[in-house]
Amino acid sequence: MAENPFIKVAGGAGITQPPSSAEFLADRSFRFLAQVGAAVIIVLVAYILWEIGGQAMPAIREYHLGFLASSVWDVQQHRFGILPEIWGTLYSSLLALMIAGFFGVTVAIFLTQDFLPPRLAVIFRTVIDMLAAIPSVVFGLWGIFVVIPAIRPLADWLHQTVGFIPFFSTSLSGPGLLPATLVLSIMILPTVAAISQDAFRLVPYRTKEAAYGMGATRWEVILRVMVPTASGGIFSAMVLGFGRALGETMALAMLIGNSNQISLSLFSPANTLASLLASHFPEAGQVEVHALMYAALVLLAITLIVNVVGIGILTMTQRKFAGK
Amino acid sequence: MNTSTAPALQAGAHTHDLRRSIGEPRALRSTLLTVGAWIVALIAAVPLISVLYMLIIKGGSRFSLDLFTELPPAGFELGGGFGNAIVGTLVMVGIAALISIPIGILAAIYLAELAPTSRLAAVTRFLGKVLTGFPSILAGVFIYAAVVLTMGTYSALAGGISLAVLMLPTLVLTAEEAMKTVPRKMKDAALGMGCTRTQMIWKIVLPTGLPGILTGVMLGIARVSGESAPLLFTALFSNYWLHSTTEPTASLSILIYNFSSMPFDNQIELAWAASLVLVLIVLVFNILSRIIGRSKF
Repeated sequence: MAENPFIKVAGGAGITQPPSSAEFLADRSFRFLAQVGAAVIIVLVAYILWEIGGQAMPAIREYHLGFLASSVWDVQQHRFGILPEIWGTLYSSLLALMIAGFFGVTVAIFLTQDFLPPRLAVIFRTVIDMLAAIPSVVFGLWGIFVVIPAIRPLADWLHQTVGFIPFFSTSLSGPGLLPATLVLSIMILPTVAAISQDAFRLVPYRTKEAAYGMGATRWEVILRVMVPTASGGIFSAMVLGFGRALGETMALAMLIGNSNQISLSLFSPANTLASLLASHFPEAGQVEVHALMYAALVLLAITLIVNVVGIGILTMTQRKFAGK
Repeated sequence: MNTSTAPALQAGAHTHDLRRSIGEPRALRSTLLTVGAWIVALIAAVPLISVLYMLIIKGGSRFSLDLFTELPPAGFELGGGFGNAIVGTLVMVGIAALISIPIGILAAIYLAELAPTSRLAAVTRFLGKVLTGFPSILAGVFIYAAVVLTMGTYSALAGGISLAVLMLPTLVLTAEEAMKTVPRKMKDAALGMGCTRTQMIWKIVLPTGLPGILTGVMLGIARVSGESAPLLFTALFSNYWLHSTTEPTASLSILIYNFSSMPFDNQIELAWAASLVLVLIVLVFNILSRIIGRSKF
C-alpha cells in the first residue's frame, strides 16, 4: 500500500483529522476509476476502427481501391463497387449544405442581431432546436407523404419546360435526390444555425458598437463586420453540418430511392453510403457483409476527416477570441 | 438611430434633414435585407410546424389505448398496435443509459476535476467531440461486428449497447461543462478543510453540478430514443412481446421504417401514430432537460 502523506504532515493529532488510510485508498481508487472512464472513450474509438477495419479486410484484399471506382453491386457474381454511393453521398450533402447554410446563417443573424425582442428570440431558437429533436425516421415518413407530393407539380413543370438542363433531365418518379436533399437540409439546419449563433455571440460587443458608431446601417454592420469576424465559426458550422449530412441515414434510405446510378439530375433516384448500409445490411450474406464493411470504413474515413477539420477550425477560432 | 445620412450632408443643396429617409439607397437596402431575413426565418419555421401538424392530424386520429396493448398487425389485418415496440424502445434506451451514464460521468469527472490539462484529457475531449458527429449507422455496423457476430443473434442487448455508443459523447461533454460551472471557491474550500479529491467530488461537485449533469443525461436519452439506424441490424425487429434481452427486439423507430413502405393504409396509419408516440417520448426528455437545466443554484 502507498504511504499516506497526510498522516506524515499532520501527525494525526488535533481537531482536524487527516484522511484515514481507508479514505486515502478510496481516493486513489476512485481517481484511477475516473481515469479508466476517460480512457474508455479512446479505447472505444480505436476498437471501432479496428473492428470495422478487420471486418472489411477480406473485401479490401479482394477489391483493393477499385472498389471506390466501380459502380457495380452484384451479389451473385461477388462484384462490388461504391462509386455511385460516394457520388450520391457527396452530391446530396453538398446540395443540402447549400440550402441549410443559407438558411442557417440567416437564422443565426436573425437571432443574434437584435431583430427580435429577447423573449421571442428564445421561442424562435427553441423552434429551430426542436427540429433536431425530431427523429430521422419521422422526417422520412413526413418526406414520403408531404414533401414528395408537394414538390411533384414543380418538378414535373421544370422537367417539361427546362428539361434540357442536366439538373432537370429526368422526371420525378417518387423518391429521388431532391426530396432527400430538402429533408436532409432541414435536418442539418439546427446544427448550422446553433454553431453560427455561437460564432456571432463570440464577436466582442465593442466591434459591433464601433461599426454602428461610424454610421453604418444595420446590414452594413452585419455583412461587413459581423460576418467576416465570425467567418471562422460560420465555416466550422458548415463543415460540421456537412459531416452530419454525410452520415445521415434513415430519412435518406426512405427518400432517395436506393438506386445504383450516377446522375446530375435532381429528380432521379440515387443512393448514399449510409442508406446502402441500411438497405443491404439486414439481408446480406457473408461476402456482401465484408463489402458493406468496406463501404462503412469509407464512410467512417470521410466523416472522421470532415469532423476533425470542423472541430479543429472551431477550436482555433474560439481560442483566437479567448485570447483577446 | 437619428444620425444624418452621409450623402445628404455632402449634397448640401438640401436642407439638413436629420431623419433617416427610407428612399436613401443604403437605408433602403438595409430595410429590404431585414424584410428578407424575416421571410427566410419564417420559412425555416415551416418544416417543424408541418411535421407537428401532420403528426397531430394523422397520428392523433388513430390514437387509442389499443396502440399500447396490442401487437403489430400482419399484412391485411386491421387494427393492432405497437405495445411491444414501445417496450422494446424503452428497454434498449434503458440499457444504453445504464452503460453510458456511469462511464460518461467518470470520464467527465476526470476531464473537469482530476486532470483537465493532461494529455489523456485533451485526447479524450477531442475524440468525444469527434464522436458526437459519428454517423449513427456506423454504431450499428460496429456493434454488429463486435456483439451480434459474437453472440450469434440479434438482441435488445446489442441494440442497447449501440445506443450507448451514441449517448456517451453527449453525456461526457455536457457533464464536463456542468462540473466546470461549480464555483472554484467551493471546491477550494472543501479541499482546504482536508477533503480528499474524491470526497470533494462526491460532496461538492456532483451535488452542485447535478442539474447540469442531468440535463446532459436527458439530452442523451432524447437523442438516442429516436435513433433507428443503429438498431436496424443490432436489435432487428420482432412481432412479439419482449421475453429476454438476448433475442430480436421491436422498436418504435424500426416499426415506422418498416410500415412506411407498406402498401396497406392500416400500417401507414400505425406508422404515423408510432411517430407521434416517438416524438412525444423524445420531447418529454428534451423538455425535462430544459426544466432541470433552468433550475440552477
